Parts: sequence; structure tokens; C-alpha cells
Amino acid sequence: MLRYSVKRLFSLILSLAVASLVIFFVIEIAPGDPASFMLGINAQPDTVAALRTELGLDQSKFSRYAAWVGGMLSGDFGTSYTYRTPVAEMIADRLWVSLPLALYALALSTLIAFPAGIYAAARRGKAGDMAVMGATQLGVAVPNFWFAMMLVLIFAINLRWFNAGGFVGWDEGLLAGLHSLTLPAISLALPQAAILARVMRSALLDILGEDFMRTARAKGLSRRQALWRHGLRNALIPVLTIIGLQFSFLLAGAIIIEQVFYLPGLGRLVFQAISARDLIVVESVVMLLVFAVITVNFLVDLAYAAVDPRLRSRT
Amino acid sequence: MSLLNIQNLTLSIGDSAILKDVSLSVAPGEIVAVTGESGSGKSMTALAVMQLLPELAQANGTLSLDGINLLEQSEEQLCALRGASIGMVFQEPMTALNPVKTIGDQVMETILIHKAMSSANARQHAQEMLERVGLPADRFPLSRFPHELSGGQRQRVVIAMAIALRPKLLIADEPTTALDVTTQAQILALLKDLVQDFGMGLLMITHDLAVVADLADRIVVMRHGEVVESGTTQGLLANMQHPYTRMLFAASNHQVALPPAPAPKPLLQVKGAVRDYRLPRKSLFGAPGHYRAVKDVSFTLNRGERLGLVGESGCGKSTLTRAILGLEPLQGGEILLDGGPIGINQSAEQRRKMQVVFQDPFGSFNPRHRVDRLITEPFHLLDKPPTGSSRRDLIAETLTAVGLSPDDAAKFIHQFSGGQRQRIAIARALITRPELILFDEAVSALDVSVRAQILDLLAELCKSYALTYLFISHDLNVVRTITDRVLVMKAGEIVEQGATEAVFTSPKHAYTQSLLAAAPVLPDLGKGAIVA
Repeated sequence: MLRYSVKRLFSLILSLAVASLVIFFVIEIAPGDPASFMLGINAQPDTVAALRTELGLDQSKFSRYAAWVGGMLSGDFGTSYTYRTPVAEMIADRLWVSLPLALYALALSTLIAFPAGIYAAARRGKAGDMAVMGATQLGVAVPNFWFAMMLVLIFAINLRWFNAGGFVGWDEGLLAGLHSLTLPAISLALPQAAILARVMRSALLDILGEDFMRTARAKGLSRRQALWRHGLRNALIPVLTIIGLQFSFLLAGAIIIEQVFYLPGLGRLVFQAISARDLIVVESVVMLLVFAVITVNFLVDLAYAAVDPRLRSRT
Repeated sequence: MSLLNIQNLTLSIGDSAILKDVSLSVAPGEIVAVTGESGSGKSMTALAVMQLLPELAQANGTLSLDGINLLEQSEEQLCALRGASIGMVFQEPMTALNPVKTIGDQVMETILIHKAMSSANARQHAQEMLERVGLPADRFPLSRFPHELSGGQRQRVVIAMAIALRPKLLIADEPTTALDVTTQAQILALLKDLVQDFGMGLLMITHDLAVVADLADRIVVMRHGEVVESGTTQGLLANMQHPYTRMLFAASNHQVALPPAPAPKPLLQVKGAVRDYRLPRKSLFGAPGHYRAVKDVSFTLNRGERLGLVGESGCGKSTLTRAILGLEPLQGGEILLDGGPIGINQSAEQRRKMQVVFQDPFGSFNPRHRVDRLITEPFHLLDKPPTGSSRRDLIAETLTAVGLSPDDAAKFIHQFSGGQRQRIAIARALITRPELILFDEAVSALDVSVRAQILDLLAELCKSYALTYLFISHDLNVVRTITDRVLVMKAGEIVEQGATEAVFTSPKHAYTQSLLAAAPVLPDLGKGAIVA
């Protein structure tokens, strides 16, 4: 297990190094000068020259890469060109919204998907299965911003249980914070839950056909006991993969939902930075997201090994 | 009084009748073998006793265990019986255990689910049971996972699970079919021992008549869901009433007459072949280890000769076969076919000289192609593949040669039975007239009666096409009749080779001797019985 973890960790560090190189040099190779790109076509030559110095473009590529990576390692992401504030602070502010929102949505999605998927698999081909499958079909097909608008209509405008948008901040307390993230989290969670429930169901159905499930029944386990004791853990591998992918998506891909609910999240930050051509912010946020995705994959790898002993002994 | 009593059991799924009026009984301490070919309903009979039938199955008749009618029990009552009063052992030990749970947990589960003991006692008892089936705790602690055990060891764990609560009846569905002969002999001995020890009844489902004759007190022969004949082993073997029973035994012991091999003239030469596999590194920066699957193997296959290659799983025969086909690189030595070297990058001309027939007649064809396209696949190796009428003639001739009709060329593969598919596979190998054909377990997946027909076909083709082949198999009986010379392989080495009959009658190497001793043999039924 230790060797497996060390190997995974090694590949995590390697992936991060490669990703940082790719991000840095893609922006480097992109045609044109970053400084004149950031300032637009009407910029004065002396403004461009000033920005070039500020960005350090007059130094060698290697020393700029080293400075960028070194800065990030020590928490210094540079200064946003458009906002004139440290990028690290901007990201940290947004992360306090995006990360809890992603985790909240993921928790909801898992809480909905597991029972739904297990229920459908246990009643394969019967009415309950068809109802769940129909609902998930809808969940996959309907875009999440439509859910968001419906939730706002019902729970914010008619029932007035929630605010229609905005984030109160964590200073108001944990419950208040979660309360204002609830509608966005539900709208994000529903389509993900639909996908996850379908994966859970099909993974379980695959396992139900396995020989060892028949062995379990021959020992005297009821259908339900066999499903819980022998089916579930074996079905977790594909489910974990999807959960990992979903978390990465939820962290950065919530931009439309952030827009609908007017939330100051990472998605909006990237969107604004791209519109303003603020390459420093874009570079840093992209690197951060890559870091998040790779870290989640690492955790998923560890979870695989925890679930399946065959992976622990293989290296 | 019998323990298990089945009277007039009928079983249907939808409109199709699976079992028709099946009657049989098992007494305590008795071994009853149910035998027959695939589709005979023998496994369904076993599952009916467990009441683990497919969902829509409808069973009628009497099915009683120790006076309890199993067909009238609720699902809850059946759960209480399964594992406690009836234990079951399955065919495929590699998949019968849950891969994510330890063997200790899985054996203990049988005990705990029936609340037979406290958890601590259950652990102790599971340990004893594993020891009883030959897995001592010092070498096989309860914390082992299934993937850390061999097939035979896993089957022992499955048996330990099945007998943990000393059931009155043990059902074994093809328990040794997936195992090597020496392992098979050990597992069969263990089962026999347990029956005597525990006074259990054993209902044994197997297609292997030699196993049946060796082990069973009574035999039940089934075909198409019906019992065609049953009786004590002695009585039934001495006096078979039903023609199907006679055919079955005759086919199991089918002998063919090969034409004499021509004077030796080397075709395939394997010289000091070595195949190494890289193992994962032991430490992060250590050198990777190596596993030598084929160790310095040398032999010659002469033109017109039929050579057998036998050995147990893991002995390297598949690796050697792939190397001969040029699908794997060698780390030492060389393989020459007709004087030219064989390797990964061999020419089409060289590839044309060799074709192969695989084991699985169901997995080795593209289901979307018609037969004419399937069997002409090797044509891409020819410089000028025949077209038009000469192509049609060749397809018709080849299909006829393997006992099919030229009209079959337009059919799809799903329209054929397993035996017919294997004929098509042989046609595919034959159509370019290769110098050498490799048969890789080519009859192992077939029923005995079909296997006998395919062996006849091979003997016929040897006469009409002067075939040269390498016949790789774990089935010693088949190799004995279909080859002139045989190689015995063990742990990557050829430990013995010689004329087939000589090796079988007076094996020199200790391994060959143990292999032959372990193989169950059909009793000599005398000439009178074998007239099918």
C-alpha cells in the first residue's frame, strides 16, 4: 500500500511539473507579445514597454518560469494587471465560495445517486427501476441553469425560503453560508446525481451477474444481503472514477450557475480575467485548477486501493 | 431413506422446457454424479435444488431434502437452508470468490450468516475448516485475499465455505473442470474424503465421464433435460441400456487412426528458445526482476508429423505457442520454419506457412462477417489472392473438406453450433494450405460427441492434405490418439519427449508419471459396450 501511494504521489508531482511547463509555454508560444495582447490594439508603445518590464518579459524564459513556479510555491501568484491586487488574495476569496459549493453539490449528488442507483439495480426491470431511470434521463438531459431558474422561481420568489442570489459570506456563520449556497448546490447536483445514479446502477448490475454473487446466495445470504455485502464495494471503482471527475468539473465548471445566482466563484473569476485579458490571473487560476484535478485524481487512486486489495499488491 | 429426493421435476422458463420429469435421489454418504453434454439440464438440476433458478423459471414436481419440500419453502426459509443444510461448490474458482474480501471473512460469513456461533468461535472454526481442506494457517492465514491464491487453492476455499456448517447435502457443479489434472485429482480426493468424514450426500455435476466412473456410487445420465439412464456405477458401466449412454462413453474414449508419418524431414525447428517477462521493480530505483516463462526449449517438428504439447497451466505452453506464431519476441535462441526465421517482423510469405485454430469457437470470429469472408481472412497473406470463380471454388472445396456445405459460405457465425464453428476455424486455417497448423486447445471447449467428430475430421484431413500440426492441449487422452510424438512441458522446460504411445505407456520423467497417474481414466468397458 505504501509503495503504491508513493508511486502515485510521484506521478502526481510529475504531472504538476509537466502541467506547469505546458501552461507557461503555451502562453509563451502564443503568437504576439503577452504585454501588447493584454493591453489591446490601441495601447501606447510606452505602456506596453512598462508592462513588459512589470511582467519580466525582458528576462530569459527560464528565469521567468523559475520565478513563476517559485512564487507559486511560496504563495505569491503575482499581481492582477486589471485589479491591481495580489492574485493569491483574489483566488483565496473565490475559493472560499467555489470549494464549499463544489463539496456541497458533490455531497448532495452522492446522497441522491447512491440510494437511487442501488434501488434501481435491486429492482432491475421493474416499475421502480424504470421510474428512477426515467428521472435520471431527465436529469441528464435538462441543463442545470434551467433547474436553477425553476428553483429560484419556486423557493426564492414564491416560497421565499431562500435568497434568489448572492452569497452572504462565512462571517454570518456556517448555517447562513450554507443556506445561501443551497439552491446553487442543488442545481449543480441534480444533473451530476443523475449521471452518478446511472453509473451506480450499471456497475451494480455488472457485479450482480458475477459468480461470487451466486456463491454468496449459496451461502444463505438473501438477495439484499448479497447486494450490500458483496455487490456494493465491488461496484465502487467505476463510481469513484465518476465522483472524481465530477468534483473537478464542479470546482471550475460552475460558471453558469455562479452567473445565475450571482456568486463570486472561481468560474466567474476566470471568465472575467479572460475577458479582461489578464493573463496573470488566467495562468494562476488554470494552474490551481490543474492542481485540484490532479490532487483529486490522486485521492481517487488511493480510494481505489482502499476498496480493491488487488491494486494494493500490484505496483 | 434418501436425503435428497427429486421426483418428476419439470422446469420451464417462459415457453421453453428446461427439465422434463427428472427423478433422482441421493442418500447420506452417497456420491451421485449427474452427467451429460452441454444443454442437458444438469446444472439447472443443481440450481433447482438450491432454488437459485433464473427469475422467470417455473418448477413443478417434488424436490425434498430430508423430508422438507424445497418447492414450498418461502425465500426466508430457503436462505436458512442454503449454506447450512445444502452447500454448493461451483465450476470457476477464479471468479467464485469476492475479490475484495479476505478468505477468512468469506468462510466466516457462512457461519455468521446462520448465527451458528459467536464471531470469535466462527474465526476459530473457519481456521479449522480451511485446515481441513488443506490450507494450513501458517501458509494460508485468514487474511489472505483470493488473488493471492492459485485456482486449486481457491477451490479449496470455496469448498471450506460450502462445508463449514457440515451441510447434509453438498452440490458440486463441475468442481474440477477448470483445474489441472494433478489439482483435479487432489480436489476429487478431498471431496471423497469429506463425504466419508461428514456423512454428507454429494450431488456431483460433471461432463467428465472418467471422473464420474472414478468417483461416483451412482450415475445419472441426462440429455435435453431428461434423465435417459441411471443406476449404480458398476451396474451402469457393465450394462448400458440407452444408446445415448453408450455413445457418450464411446465418444469419451474416441480413438482415431492417423496415417503413418513420412520419413523425418525438419519443418519447424525450435533451438534454445528463451522467453523472459519483466517483473515490476521491487523498489523505486531497483532493477526490474525477470520471469523466465520458456527456458531453453529445443525441439524439431518434422514435415507430415503430428506433434503434441502437454503440460499444466502456467507451464509455458501458451507462451511457447505465441512465440512460434511470431507474436512474442524471444530473448534467446531461435525458431525456424522451413529454414526461415520466425519473429515479430516476419514476412507475409513466412506467416502464410503457419495458421492457428484457437480454443474458443464462440470468441474467435467476427460476428458481423459472413463465413466466406471469415475463412478467406488469411488471403491477405497471399501475393495474388484468388478472385471470382476460383475464390468461390476454393471456399466450396475447403468447406466441404471440413464437413460443411458450400452453401454455408453465405451464413453468419451465430447460425452455427460450437462444433460447426470449430470446423469453420479449421477451414480458415486450411484455406491457404499452410505448411503447419497450430491447434491451441482446439477441442477443449467441445462436448465429447462433438469432440469425437472433430478428431475424426482431423484424422481425415491428415490423410487427404498430409497435415503437419502442433497440438497443444491439457487433455492427455486426446493427445494420445491424435499425435505421433509428444512433448511434456513443466515450468518452462520440456522434461520429456518421444513417440506418443511410448511416453504414455512407459513415461521416463517423474513429472510425466505423476501427470498420467493423476489423470482419471475410463474403465475398460470391453469391446461389447463400445458399439455406438
